[in-house]
Amino acid sequence: MSRKKLITNVVRYVLYALMVLFFIWALQHHYLASIFTESDKFFVMLKQHLKLVVVSSFLAIIIAVPAGIIVTRKSFKKAEWLVSNVANLGQTIPSIAVLALMMGVLGLGFKTAIFALFIYSLLPIYRNTVAGINSVNDKLIDAAKGMGFKPYQILFRIELPNAAYSIIAGARTAIVLNIGTAALAFLIGGGGFGTWIFTGISLFNNDLLLSGAVPVILLAIMADYLLRLLEYLLVPKGVRRSAKTS
Amino acid sequence: MIKFDHVTKMFQGGAKAVDDVNFTVEDGDIVVLLGPSGCGKTTLLRMVNRLESITSGDISIDNKSIKRLNDIELRRAIGYVIQSNGLFPNMTIESNVTIVPQLLRWDAKKRHNRYKELMQLIGLDPEKYAKRYPHELSGGQQQRVGVARALAADPPILLMDEPFGALDPIIREKLQDEFLQIQTEVKKTILFVSHDIDEAIKMGDKIALLRDGKIMQYDRPADLLTHPKNDFVSQFIGEDRMIKGLSLHTIKDLLREVGLAEMPHQHYDGKTVAGSQNLRNTLSILMNQGAEQVIVTDHNEQEIGAVTIDLIQRYIAKQIKGKTDASLPFERVVR
Amino acid sequence: MNWLNDWITYITIDLSHILNLTMEHVELVGLSAIVAIAIGVPLGIYLTTNEALAGTVLQATSIIMTIPSIALFGIMIPVFSLINQGIGFVPAFIALILYSQLPIIRNTYTAIKNVNPDLKDAAIGIGMKPIQRLVRVEIPNAIPIIMAGVRTSVVMNIGIGAIASFIGAGGLGVLINQGITRSDEKLIVTGALAVSVLAIIADAILWIVQKLLTSRGLTD
Ligand SMILES: Nc1ncnc2c1ncn2[C@@H]1O[C@H](COP(=O)(O)OP(=O)(O)O)[C@@H](O)[C@H]1O
Ligand SMILES: [Mg+2]
Repeated sequence: MSRKKLITNVVRYVLYALMVLFFIWALQHHYLASIFTESDKFFVMLKQHLKLVVVSSFLAIIIAVPAGIIVTRKSFKKAEWLVSNVANLGQTIPSIAVLALMMGVLGLGFKTAIFALFIYSLLPIYRNTVAGINSVNDKLIDAAKGMGFKPYQILFRIELPNAAYSIIAGARTAIVLNIGTAALAFLIGGGGFGTWIFTGISLFNNDLLLSGAVPVILLAIMADYLLRLLEYLLVPKGVRRSAKTS
Repeated sequence: MIKFDHVTKMFQGGAKAVDDVNFTVEDGDIVVLLGPSGCGKTTLLRMVNRLESITSGDISIDNKSIKRLNDIELRRAIGYVIQSNGLFPNMTIESNVTIVPQLLRWDAKKRHNRYKELMQLIGLDPEKYAKRYPHELSGGQQQRVGVARALAADPPILLMDEPFGALDPIIREKLQDEFLQIQTEVKKTILFVSHDIDEAIKMGDKIALLRDGKIMQYDRPADLLTHPKNDFVSQFIGEDRMIKGLSLHTIKDLLREVGLAEMPHQHYDGKTVAGSQNLRNTLSILMNQGAEQVIVTDHNEQEIGAVTIDLIQRYIAKQIKGKTDASLPFERVVR
Repeated sequence: MNWLNDWITYITIDLSHILNLTMEHVELVGLSAIVAIAIGVPLGIYLTTNEALAGTVLQATSIIMTIPSIALFGIMIPVFSLINQGIGFVPAFIALILYSQLPIIRNTYTAIKNVNPDLKDAAIGIGMKPIQRLVRVEIPNAIPIIMAGVRTSVVMNIGIGAIASFIGAGGLGVLINQGITRSDEKLIVTGALAVSVLAIIADAILWIVQKLLTSRGLTD
């Protein structure tokens, strides 16, 4: 028993140590210096990056969730099969290709980047919405119908609350993915932290490289953490337990 | 009163799930829809609250065809309990119980009072469970709450689809007893689906035995047991049907028909049973104790005689033979 | 129909280049998948015997999963420069192995854990040693879920591999990359389609492998 604990602790502290070492090493070589010496640029990129993510994710959520709801209505059951298969195929197109293709259609620019990110995040949100609603036990819906719920009452009082975990998890996945994909937006003129990352790569400038990459990583990890918290708060208490085991 | 009038259900491409069913459920009765799996019990039940459409024929409630009612209003006036309860996991117990009153826009105070009333009726502490969620309750408790939820808006009719089917036998019997007790207070008109002959005998004022969507026999439990109309019915109720039927008769019935045995002469220290005890339990006491006889007491706890296995056999023989008017000696037993 | 003609002409002219890039892509993802399996499966199995470590490792791998790929490539460049491998195959290879760990470890861990306890009891009951139990009972029963993890990670890595071209690791990303800089849609569409097709084929092949590895007793 104690040997297992020992191994666990060794692994844990080695991981911590690696992280700390990385930062010490980076600071020693002034690899994060640009954040401080060019903080005005840094904040411009931060703002661009956040705007890319927030606007595209917001649009994706307000389109993909209703789409998932509509497709799971009884009269659309047949369409669901088709849409879901198309969605599965769409999932195999890499993010960089979505950005590049959108550039071909809409040209370079910030709006193109937002649109591409929006398109790219539709799928995970849509898929999780459909999966969440489909996983609601038919018995519950039957019971609700038998008690005289109207269709919209079934949707808002039974289906959505019980699918909340899956829907919100889909939105979280999409937002975190978006933070990473937004780092590619620079390639199609969308700005964001990609500006420093790609410049750093092409100029072999480790300072710019890490000053761009590290904030993106922290942003993604923080967003994931905060959205998990939000998820916990938003999911109805009674369905949390069943959500966790699945 | 629920009247089934040549009711038929045909699923798309399938055979007839319900085939020309005719019977009437009287107000305040429990009618059990009994039969093997797939015989159409659930379908027939769900036609009453229009979860299934009627292919031909008609169902009327208090002489009004349900086809002419709005289905949302119809369903809100009918309680619905399903196997493994269908409680909503996202809602607290209180919300679950008061959901129909909420849909009917009762005010909060009235709803809360109703909640307390119902929880007392089903024997759960209203305060303790108000804020809990379904998964925090045992299966038996959940099923009780399911019954409370169905009763919430005080609908005159209850539809129950194997409500106790998922519970283990001991809990099931307990809930059956409790439910019969509740029914003496609420006096609903109830359609109750079961595939279990024992449950049907215990719960039903009448039993509708189905096979392949057709009614084989619609009778009171005692009549079904003593006078099965055809081979299917007698096979379904089983070889031991007389033993099953014994639960419908008390020692008092036996006393009236064949009399009791004399009290044993030597000192007796075995069990005694009350005269209101049913004969099935009496028989099992005899068997379990390996005793020749058990002493019977009247309501004043006075010993009035003894029952033997032999006496019970004679009682059964008499039931099967000379029955012309089934209703006479078959007084329904204390439930 | 003009663009279609252009496109077909381009593909016929550039076919060997496209195939070379495809091979590079397959090599990168394939090799990293093999190493990732070699690390992830045994680790996942070991974790079933050490709950505390399982928590730590699963958490660490799930954090790695949230790291954006271009940023991970980005921090690998200076780190691997220390051994003169800052650009090219090595950082991309390592990054893909890291990304594979969560699906593979998590699926292996849960699959082994969820093998029916009655089966384990029966195995103990007939006197199997822990190793025999693992090899003859637990792994065969866990194969479908482990393979599902492998499929997830491979399909994901084929997409991420397209970004690896920006750090000089080659692969189909090169087409997309060149397409962007030259504003040439033919290259972009070709690259995007090739990556998708590759992902679909890889998923299908792994699905067949999964079926072959799964005892028929578990499927019918
Ligand atoms: N939605 C449906 N579509 C087609 N056939 C059905 C449907 N529901 C039930 N059935 C068929 O109708 C018959 C009766 O089913 P059901 O009423 O559920 O039986 P029971 O409740 O007695 O077990 C069965 O043969 C069943 O397969
Ligand atoms: Mg049924």
